[in-house]
Amino acid sequence: MSEARDYKVIGTRVVRPDGVDKVTGRANFGADFSLPGMLYGKVLRSPHAHARIKKIDTDAAAKIEGVYAIVTGADFPKVGHEEITGGEGAGDFADLATNVMARDKVVYHGHAVAAVAAKTSAIADAALAAIKVDYEQLAPVMDLDTAMADNATLIDERLFTAGLPEKPTKPSNVAAYMEFKRGDIAQGFAQADVVVEGTYRTPTVHQGYIEPHACVASINQGGQATIWCCTQGHFDVRSMTSKVLGMNVADIRVIPSEIGGGFGGKTTIYLEPVAMVLSKKSGRPVKMTMTRDEVFRASGPASATKCTIKIGAKKDGTFTAMSAWLAYEAGGYKGSSMAPGAMCVFAPYVVPHFLIQGYDVLVNKPKVAAYRAPGAPQSMYACESLIDDLARQLKIDPIDLRLKNAVSAGSQAAYGPKFNAVGFKECLEAAKKHPNYTKKLGPNEGRGLAAGFWFNAGMQSSAEVHINENGTVTVVEGSPDIGGSRASMALMAAEELGVPYERVRVVVADTENAGYNNVTGGSRVTFATGMAVIQAAGDIIAQCKQRAAATWGIEADLVDWKDGEAIPKPGVNADVKPLTLAQIAANSGRTGGPLLGRASLNARGAGPGFSINMADVRVDPETGKVDVLRFTAIQDAGKAIHPAYVEGQMQGGAVQGIGWALNEEYIYDSKGVMQNAGFLDYRMPVASDLPMIDTQIIEVPNPSHPYGVRGVGEVPIVAPLAAVANAVRAATGIRIPDLPLSPPRVLAALEAAKA
Amino acid sequence: MGKTRVETKINGEQMEFLCEPQQSMLDVLRDTLGLTGTKEGCATGDCGACSVMLDGRLICSCLMLAVESNGRQLTTIEGISRGETLHPIQQKFLQHAALQCGICTPGFVVAAKALLDENPNPTEEEIRYHLAGNLCRCTGYDKIIRAVQDAAQTLRGEAS
Repeated sequence: MSEARDYKVIGTRVVRPDGVDKVTGRANFGADFSLPGMLYGKVLRSPHAHARIKKIDTDAAAKIEGVYAIVTGADFPKVGHEEITGGEGAGDFADLATNVMARDKVVYHGHAVAAVAAKTSAIADAALAAIKVDYEQLAPVMDLDTAMADNATLIDERLFTAGLPEKPTKPSNVAAYMEFKRGDIAQGFAQADVVVEGTYRTPTVHQGYIEPHACVASINQGGQATIWCCTQGHFDVRSMTSKVLGMNVADIRVIPSEIGGGFGGKTTIYLEPVAMVLSKKSGRPVKMTMTRDEVFRASGPASATKCTIKIGAKKDGTFTAMSAWLAYEAGGYKGSSMAPGAMCVFAPYVVPHFLIQGYDVLVNKPKVAAYRAPGAPQSMYACESLIDDLARQLKIDPIDLRLKNAVSAGSQAAYGPKFNAVGFKECLEAAKKHPNYTKKLGPNEGRGLAAGFWFNAGMQSSAEVHINENGTVTVVEGSPDIGGSRASMALMAAEELGVPYERVRVVVADTENAGYNNVTGGSRVTFATGMAVIQAAGDIIAQCKQRAAATWGIEADLVDWKDGEAIPKPGVNADVKPLTLAQIAANSGRTGGPLLGRASLNARGAGPGFSINMADVRVDPETGKVDVLRFTAIQDAGKAIHPAYVEGQMQGGAVQGIGWALNEEYIYDSKGVMQNAGFLDYRMPVASDLPMIDTQIIEVPNPSHPYGVRGVGEVPIVAPLAAVANAVRAATGIRIPDLPLSPPRVLAALEAAKA
Repeated sequence: MGKTRVETKINGEQMEFLCEPQQSMLDVLRDTLGLTGTKEGCATGDCGACSVMLDGRLICSCLMLAVESNGRQLTTIEGISRGETLHPIQQKFLQHAALQCGICTPGFVVAAKALLDENPNPTEEEIRYHLAGNLCRCTGYDKIIRAVQDAAQTLRGEAS
């Protein structure tokens, strides 16, 4: 990283370039796009959580006037097993293909079994109602204990647990086992003065993006296709669709719309290949949008989990040993976020002896998708709750206990690598000094604190910087802007080139107009795509120096770039006037052609992010309702490129975490049918539930980024679960290990304690 | 089923359209009239992304039949700014970074306008309760509340 520098625009709170279109309704989101002659596609979904498909009869539906195409699993090619890489979630292309459209079996209520394209959406509904499907119903497997039991009903009879030390002799619902260990766990616990243990459960929750999945697909008779859709990664939509349909990647163009939230949930595909096959059969463009009900039942939520944590510590608080047993629901197909959950669980702490065991488990629920720091909120909720109890038992301040064991530069992370500069201790120290840590509390009120961690990702990005004829700048990149990243790209290009922010415009281009980019996920865009923009701007500067040198008749290495101008280096004897970017651009035809800067990289060294969250709650003893009175989010951002949007990530993640802690859960009946598939009953936080969310940005620069940037988007959701639960523990004196801490659960715990 | 002819004033402009009796106002706005600034998040009246004003009153356009708009006045997000100038609520949303993905923003802007039309000086709690029918999953509401407070101050003619 460069020496501490005085930034001109980095760190300012500029208005985002796409802002006006978003406050006026002009911005086009997934469902806003239409084509002439377009048909409306709809999906018939399984009414059973677990069943074999015996027969599908589409004859009656095909006869309805205005129905142009009907597809079932028979219209899709068979796809071989192959691991999906590059996205944020785990999975297999063969499973992705059957998740998109079931073949011989349905593995969750809402699984797609057929689809139609019709002239109007009302006709499409009528056609769906006319399709007859014969099912052989099977027992639904709806929770971890049932799924992992010895004689459990098998969701996939060919599934043998991967990763076990000894090859299993019979199939099971456990898709994978993973283990991390260091030292001698028995010896570590033997050294402890105190050993604490707890088992914690978290429910299935949804990302809750407000925009349902939507796309338009159009394929011509030559096999060339275009998809317009809302996605976190249009290159992933292209590669996944090509795998699922056996199409040539170069024949699919994906044009991303604005995206109305994703949080990891839009890093995979559901509708796109279905719309494509419908378009192929009908010869017309096909639009598909999910209803909210479909989003809940048939897109990928986050894993429900069961986590058992054990910690051994000396009287002074030093951890001697930790163990974690973690089971994550994958849904109907393998591939939960168990692995990152296992890697994160002890990441903030120095632990000489530990054992982490993780299980990826099939249940008859929708296949999970990534959800913001996938896997970490669940396992770290368990660990941070237990640390809170340990602090109470040892009579040590919870910040001091964490400080005593906190990782810093040079510590070996439980998941392997040595940390470079990280800001965990700085977050803890800031929490200790924060006025909210010592505010007086009233009756039935309590304060809780917890730590959060996420690795953050780098991965592949590319960017172009074009200098227009008047010296203005166009940045072309391929990372969908989900929360203001155009602004951060423009800030970085402006800083590097030394031009005002307003002279830079950023385009998120489609798969044919931008170089390849991995998904917008892993908190990687400002870090990795930002690095590509900085390097592409550097490419421009190098070219400008050459153009200036040629103009002046001196060597290019005698030219400097400063404040948006080419100048001779100090001491160079040249009687010339500085050349601005605008002057060089205006003259570019005479000095070698247009100025076009490019960069392409696989970014390494994403700086891990840490946080401390503090929650103050009041628990109503009559109803069990928990109100959040104050919430404080402290997080190391490395360097905040646009502080308002960094705060926004911290606040938004905090509130998603509060929802996870207090109210959100999938509620199923005994047949495996979700009972609350709507925003009225799946209760996400609303404005009147909340206080302002106080934020404090810590800046410990990431040595691997030119400006010190760390990812910031995912860390914020990790700590709130335990911060809120620890506050409820403080307010009530009762540890309720299972989330959500909804009024009925809290009230039951209060009454049980009284009895 | 035959279509019904409906005459209504939308954003000050007299409009007429044909619709099925069961079509929602939201569907007609988006699919028939091309006014896609009004968003659909749930179609069950729970998220507020489709907020519009009917004769000055805040409603969810997904819960209203399009035929009910006959002879009435609608204001959608497209009618909030006038000519070249953004409405102060829109300006403050931009200044306060009160949007991230932006899908809920049109609904919030319309809902905030309905509030400030009626109550130019709301407390934080009044703003929070008034906007409780609008879901935002990105921001945690903090910056939205501040933007509305600041816009209220500007609309009252006070320096912010």
